[in-house]
Amino acid sequence: MKTRTGVLTAGLSIVLTAALAAAPAMAQTPKKGGTLTYMIPADAPPSLDGHKENTFATLHATAPFYSTLIAINPDNPASSTDFVCDLCTEMPKPTDDGKTYTFKIRKGVKFHDGTPLTAADVALSWQYIVHPPKGVSSARESYMVMVDTVTSPDPETVVFKLKFATGAFLPALSDPYAYIYKKETLEKDPTWFEKNVMGSGPFKFSAYETGQSMKGVRNPDYYHAGQPYLDGFTAIFAAKQSVRVDAIRADRAATEFRGMPPSARDELVKELGDKVTVQTGDWNCVNLLTPNQKKKPFDDVRVRRAMALAIDPWKGAPALSKIATVHTVGGLVFPGSPLAATKEELQKIVGFGPDIEKSRAEARKLLKEAGAEGLKFELMNRNVDQPYKFVATWAIDEWSKIGLKVTQKVLPTGPFYDALRSGGFEVAVEFNCQNMVNPLLDVAKVLPRSVYPENYGGYEDPKLIELYDTMLKEPDPAKQREKMRAFETYALDTQVDTIMTPWWERIIVHRSYMKGWKISPSHYLNLNLANIWLDK
Amino acid sequence: MTAIANDPPEIRRSWTQAARLFVRRQPLGTFGLVIVVVAAIAGLSAEWIAPYSPTANDFAAMTEPPSLAHWLGTDQFGRDLLSRIIYGARTALIIGFVSAFVGGFAGLVLGVGSAYFGGWIDLVLQRVMDILMAFPLIIMALAVVAIFGTGVQNVIAAITIPLIPRCARVVRASALAIREVPYIDAARTSGFGHARIILRHMVPNVVAPFLIMLTAFVGQAILAEASLSYLGLGVQEPTPAWGLMLQGGAEEYASTAPWIAIFPGIAIALTVFGFSLFGDALRDAIDPKLRER
Repeated sequence: MKTRTGVLTAGLSIVLTAALAAAPAMAQTPKKGGTLTYMIPADAPPSLDGHKENTFATLHATAPFYSTLIAINPDNPASSTDFVCDLCTEMPKPTDDGKTYTFKIRKGVKFHDGTPLTAADVALSWQYIVHPPKGVSSARESYMVMVDTVTSPDPETVVFKLKFATGAFLPALSDPYAYIYKKETLEKDPTWFEKNVMGSGPFKFSAYETGQSMKGVRNPDYYHAGQPYLDGFTAIFAAKQSVRVDAIRADRAATEFRGMPPSARDELVKELGDKVTVQTGDWNCVNLLTPNQKKKPFDDVRVRRAMALAIDPWKGAPALSKIATVHTVGGLVFPGSPLAATKEELQKIVGFGPDIEKSRAEARKLLKEAGAEGLKFELMNRNVDQPYKFVATWAIDEWSKIGLKVTQKVLPTGPFYDALRSGGFEVAVEFNCQNMVNPLLDVAKVLPRSVYPENYGGYEDPKLIELYDTMLKEPDPAKQREKMRAFETYALDTQVDTIMTPWWERIIVHRSYMKGWKISPSHYLNLNLANIWLDK
Repeated sequence: MTAIANDPPEIRRSWTQAARLFVRRQPLGTFGLVIVVVAAIAGLSAEWIAPYSPTANDFAAMTEPPSLAHWLGTDQFGRDLLSRIIYGARTALIIGFVSAFVGGFAGLVLGVGSAYFGGWIDLVLQRVMDILMAFPLIIMALAVVAIFGTGVQNVIAAITIPLIPRCARVVRASALAIREVPYIDAARTSGFGHARIILRHMVPNVVAPFLIMLTAFVGQAILAEASLSYLGLGVQEPTPAWGLMLQGGAEEYASTAPWIAIFPGIAIALTVFGFSLFGDALRDAIDPKLRER
């Protein structure tokens, strides 16, 4: 009976805990105090500078120390369009036909060294992100292509002037890496933040042991009333999954904020029952199967089309979701976005057809026409289990059903990127994983490399660029959605520049005493810990 | 059909007699040989005896425990574990035998050559062997894979390279003793070429320790392949390979579907055990000092 109760408890816990997680935070009054310990599934980040780095390891360790101008709403982080002020006083309405945004900055905000934070700090930080001076590195320069100038006409005002009006601006502005640094320090030594921490966020820096842990303590001068609730936090670096699962199991850590595979979730739920809470949601990450069009026969669209037709995402996604961190069938646009294709729209695109046998028959015919029957090729993959290798194993089996003979070559991250950049591959398992859900910019991944440096398909296509530009600059949301469909259809169906796999699923398992945090569609968002409290 | 009347009786034993004697005197070695033969038969006839395709996903049968339909259960992709283990035997034996034979023969040539020529050739070769032997086998194999990448051919190269000095060192020791015997001097004075002396007169006399080493090398190579695959640096999915199966099962499914890791683990352990037992028995059978005990 005890066992049965345990199983029932474990089985129901996902449903119950998900419901609890979805309930408004106000349902319980947050308690103050305690230290949150969480795991960072990585080794030491290359640096602590959010402007320079792309890795989540930097963000998970340093986001609690910093403020940003705006952020995704922490009470509604699943939304891709709900933004709130962090340092600004209210979200501005654009003027000048959507090309000027004027932000008023909060008064009384202090950096952790006690000096006041002004609009000049915000403006200079953003100037370094948008137009970094010579010798300064900004990882997000390309995402801010629409920004012309950032100025601070007075100590409480920051003005962004855009080159063209676009709905991509506000999501880009909510970038969680866009830390506001102190102007004086930034001007004196822009590299200072690579090894040092000094912000105005909810926690003050306490200690950092490289590759081991990061510690922070409560900032008593934090400008959001009553927050943070925690006395402090300890983030522990652990690249190995089994270490992280053991830490949560033994309550040495409350959670990790990146995402776990289904097997780890099942294991923890089975063992800990209602002591853990599971939050899941679509993840703004997707693996792409990209043929190198500079190599034969992948320059032949019939071959690429056949490769797409062989794969059945409708059957694969639900099955793969049981073993890998993938879940939702989608096109180029994140499935939770208003700009995403509906199922009916998707099914008109090659590779998403409802009748897989018919699709595979067409694929075989195309291969025959292209003289590529029984084609053998190598699928290059990154040495990351979840979900890269799972997706590859699935795709290889799907391709075998039309007679393609595919082997997998797995490379460590460094050589993998070297091969991508040098074009030394036939077909690659790539990924598109962005900081925040900003489909207008996220879909730029399929643009030719001359426009988007991280495209590795080896093609040039002026028509694709034109379709993108028209879509990006379209002010009317309904028309923009139509233009997005045209762009998507051209990239995925007409040219088959890449083949989509199911979008990722983010699974966060945390100790049930950790309250106030809600899952977002990105492991880069909602990580400043200000709204987290411990119910114990 | 004339036998040489003065030869000792044991030399004139037929293969069947020798086999019977081996079975009677080396029961553990025979057991090891049986394991090796079973693995070899499984690997060679995988297409005919495996009940399912080793690579076909079956999403209706994911992580199923052992049953009548799937004797050893299925893995996370619904692939039949028995079929993957049978095909995995082929991968293990191909890598094991090719690595052992290539590494062994390269070591044989270098070892005998080093001993025969002596002087600066011996000095240089042995210092190179010292450097290579300073690294444990798996570390050296990891380094080779890190440089050349993963895949069956690279794994074979990765395992072969560290085996070469191990073989060369042992063979050289035997060859050094042979180099000094009168018939080698006689061959030299008769004007035989180096190749003829090495191949006709020295190599046959180091074959016994060489063969024993080969059997040990096959087991070591299988274990090294499994280790590399377990670390994600060996052969890659969907190729059926025991170490790879162990990697896929041990980390994520150890508690929920333990059979995914248990059966490939047993396959690796049994095969390596089999080669070790057979190798030991072969040494005992060949070594004249131990033969009549």
